[in-house]
Amino acid sequence: MKVAVFATCLVDTLTPQVGIATVRLLQRLGHEVVVPPGQSCCGQMHVNTGYRRDAVSIVANHVRAFAGSDVIVSPSGSCVASIHHQQAQVARRAGDTALAEAAQELAGRTYELSQFLVDVLGVTDVGASYPHRVTYHPTCHSLRLLRVGDRPLQLLRAVRGLDLVELPGAEQCCGFGGTFAVKNAETSTAMLTDKMAAVLSTHAEVCTAGDASCLLHIGGGLTRLTSGTRTVHLAEILASTDGARTATQVTQPAVLA
Amino acid sequence: MSARDDVLSRIRSALGPDRSVPPEAVRDYRLTDDRPLDVLLDVLVDRVEDYRATVARCGQDQVRTTVQRLLTETLGEHDPADVVVAPGLPAPWRPEGSTEDDDRPAVELAARAAAVTGVAVAIAETGTLVLDGSPTSGRRALSLLPDCLVCVVTADQVVGNVPEALARLDPLRPLTMVSGPSATSDIELERVEGVHGPRTLLVVLVAPATD
Amino acid sequence: MTAVHLGMPTLPTAPRGVGHLRGTRSFPDEARDSLRNGQLRANLGHATTTIRGKRAGVVAELPDWEQLRQAGAALKRATMARLDDHLEELERQVTARGGTVHWARDANEANEIVVRLAREAGAREVVKVKSMATQEIGLNEALEAAGIDAFETDLAELIVQLGEDKPSHILVPAIHKNRSEVREIFARTMPDVDPDLTDDPRQLAMAARAHLRERFLRATFAVSGANFAVAETGTLSVVESEGNGRMCLTLPDTLVTVMGIEKLVPTWRDLEVFLQLLPRSSTGERMNPYTSTWAGVTPGDGPQDFHLVLLDNGRTAVLADEVGREALNCIRCSACLNVCPVYERAGGHAYGSVYPGPIGAILSPQLTGVEDNASLPYASSLCGACYDVCPVAIDIPSILVHLRAEHVEAQTHPTAESTAFAALARVMSRPRLWRAAQRAAGLGRFLSRGKPVLPRLPGPAAGWTRSRDLPTPPAETFQQWWAKENGGGRS
Repeated sequence: MKVAVFATCLVDTLTPQVGIATVRLLQRLGHEVVVPPGQSCCGQMHVNTGYRRDAVSIVANHVRAFAGSDVIVSPSGSCVASIHHQQAQVARRAGDTALAEAAQELAGRTYELSQFLVDVLGVTDVGASYPHRVTYHPTCHSLRLLRVGDRPLQLLRAVRGLDLVELPGAEQCCGFGGTFAVKNAETSTAMLTDKMAAVLSTHAEVCTAGDASCLLHIGGGLTRLTSGTRTVHLAEILASTDGARTATQVTQPAVLA
Repeated sequence: MSARDDVLSRIRSALGPDRSVPPEAVRDYRLTDDRPLDVLLDVLVDRVEDYRATVARCGQDQVRTTVQRLLTETLGEHDPADVVVAPGLPAPWRPEGSTEDDDRPAVELAARAAAVTGVAVAIAETGTLVLDGSPTSGRRALSLLPDCLVCVVTADQVVGNVPEALARLDPLRPLTMVSGPSATSDIELERVEGVHGPRTLLVVLVAPATD
Repeated sequence: MTAVHLGMPTLPTAPRGVGHLRGTRSFPDEARDSLRNGQLRANLGHATTTIRGKRAGVVAELPDWEQLRQAGAALKRATMARLDDHLEELERQVTARGGTVHWARDANEANEIVVRLAREAGAREVVKVKSMATQEIGLNEALEAAGIDAFETDLAELIVQLGEDKPSHILVPAIHKNRSEVREIFARTMPDVDPDLTDDPRQLAMAARAHLRERFLRATFAVSGANFAVAETGTLSVVESEGNGRMCLTLPDTLVTVMGIEKLVPTWRDLEVFLQLLPRSSTGERMNPYTSTWAGVTPGDGPQDFHLVLLDNGRTAVLADEVGREALNCIRCSACLNVCPVYERAGGHAYGSVYPGPIGAILSPQLTGVEDNASLPYASSLCGACYDVCPVAIDIPSILVHLRAEHVEAQTHPTAESTAFAALARVMSRPRLWRAAQRAAGLGRFLSRGKPVLPRLPGPAAGWTRSRDLPTPPAETFQQWWAKENGGGRS
């Protein structure tokens, strides 16, 4: 299958290792991967902050960038949810019916990574190896907008050597919420503190999730505490194999080694 | 323009000239509970007891003695005349020496030890008794002011769920749906039974007629 | 391409200077204080966790919960689409059964009506059933100004009133107080209280019973809200637990019910849905202890003088917004508060309105006009837990996002934020500019001086870096890596 990867603006700029892991994983599973060069952002940050008019041109760019792609996969529950639930709506409200229809159609071809693996490819064992104690945080948009359910857990359970520990209060938001973390920084920090306490109570080495944004938030708090627990995206874990793993597996993913 | 006309005209303006009519509600939830009566009676007892009310089941000719037994267990030695019954409560159900409610000022009921009433409907799934202001249920103050309330429920009054109950009730009557004794959870979400309504709820469930 | 002009009429919002829909400070400022109150955090955490568990248990018992929820949503939508007709029918039915219907454009008019009725009845004191509508309009203050004492009779409302406090939750207004704080308030303010009163909730509830009993028995005038009104029969309904509602609805000579115009349902049968949705979502019980219904006046039973006040106070302005109007479907269960991670930490007072939590964050700004409560739509991480538990499926996150846009679009001058977002949008919609901007972001590496995280930053980013590290942008973006891997010359 020819799969186009939408990295998301955040992964592209701040955590490229997540995009690279997504590419390596899909290639390892035997698929041809392309990265359409015109891609930038889905427009979610603009829409969720109130700039839905400004978001229209971003949506138009996104639709343009992926016009030639049959299947699009993205390592972000939040951005895929925005593509599914917001893009067409934003275009329609702005009166651009053609864009709304194109966005709607594009949404139908766009998948979050774990849903793509489990539902489209029908695999739960991707042949990964990751001998670490890991806890999984189900990010809000994966959980409640995309309803990814236990797909990430199915994938993690099949990873060799991985010791999966349950996260208490897993379904509580980590407090990121895009610009919420800036506009309501104190409340966001209070939520983050409780999330970190839950993560640390598991004594996991690694906290994983399907969204680099939430992981940046949780990870940013954990390193500030010098906690020793690090955040690693689900794609990075699934991309790891015995042959491609560093000794430390810190922020540099195995695939770069 | 009157406030009435103004508010109505605001609504019309808000909805616009060609208001869209949304699709009608689909009632694909459970409209009836078709479990057999004996199961429903068990469910009712379970749910009422879950509210920490007391339930006693009895045969059709044991209502009076059951009511009297429950009252004695709750009130101890008491003046039988201190128990007020709904004016339409069947004579064979009434405790001996009880007083029939009349048109005395409602607040006088506050000094009485207990009230005995019938009900209009009982809902098994929610453990709810519905009083409808009829002579059997009594006026609303009767089931409110005495600190102990005894409700007599007959098997044919028991329905499975809320939709079945509402279908049997008259919305023009003053209805009181009672699910356990008066309660509050206002302090730290800890449930305390008995605030302003009767602190004790006793339910007598009368078995169906045997053929 | 032209923007669609939805032609939304501008209707009057709730007036300023009366009632409790506006706070004095923004949500972040209020929250900054409440987040530091350890007692509040502990009380709220305990209470919301308890009630979340109870709700989940009784909702799981019903195999048809989702069908009931969708029916509830559809019934409410259909009701709003013909709200004028239903209100006129309600008025006819209530009048036909001996009640008197009053209409109030706003809080001031509603307060005037109730004060006038109390004066006409010669009432010096009024007993009240907990009601969001009368809190919204500040009725107690209006009665007090007219020399009439208003007594809240719900236990939590009583705690709030005696403590000269404000409610912080729709269902449990004193959720922010723990038992020892309640004991202190009672010991200080109740005239005949037992000096040995402990902080046992049962003892405290009994003290409230004793405090109010005499007042109920002598009350001649009561004010209530309504959970539902049935248009076709003129039946009103109050859903409660303690029996204080029954006292007020049954014993006085005069009953005045103040009800928002959105509270009605077309038919009696519709209650079969809402009487299942409300208690399970609200108190987490299969059914609340007492639900009372009445239609007009019943000879020989209950108040012989009944008045219904139909309140607009900004509701028609909400109705005019095709996206936001769903907020009117709310049945005030408060399930959204109990699952909200923001509410759980910041508490109800931070919202500045009688309607706190997620529903408050979409309702208050619409009732007052979004500029009067501009910080509320942002008081959410958009986690979506509120939508999942809403018994009438109000899409609260989408309405929050919509109201943020309404706020942004209401600005007549560019702000620093709007300028930044507009510039970012220009960059993100032009791939070449985007790549150039990413290279510039890579310059952040200079700030970090070789460390993996950036130093604490000034400006808007300060809120983030005060408590979280921000990683140093990598030397190479994902797209640069891809281009290199695939032999492309792009940088």
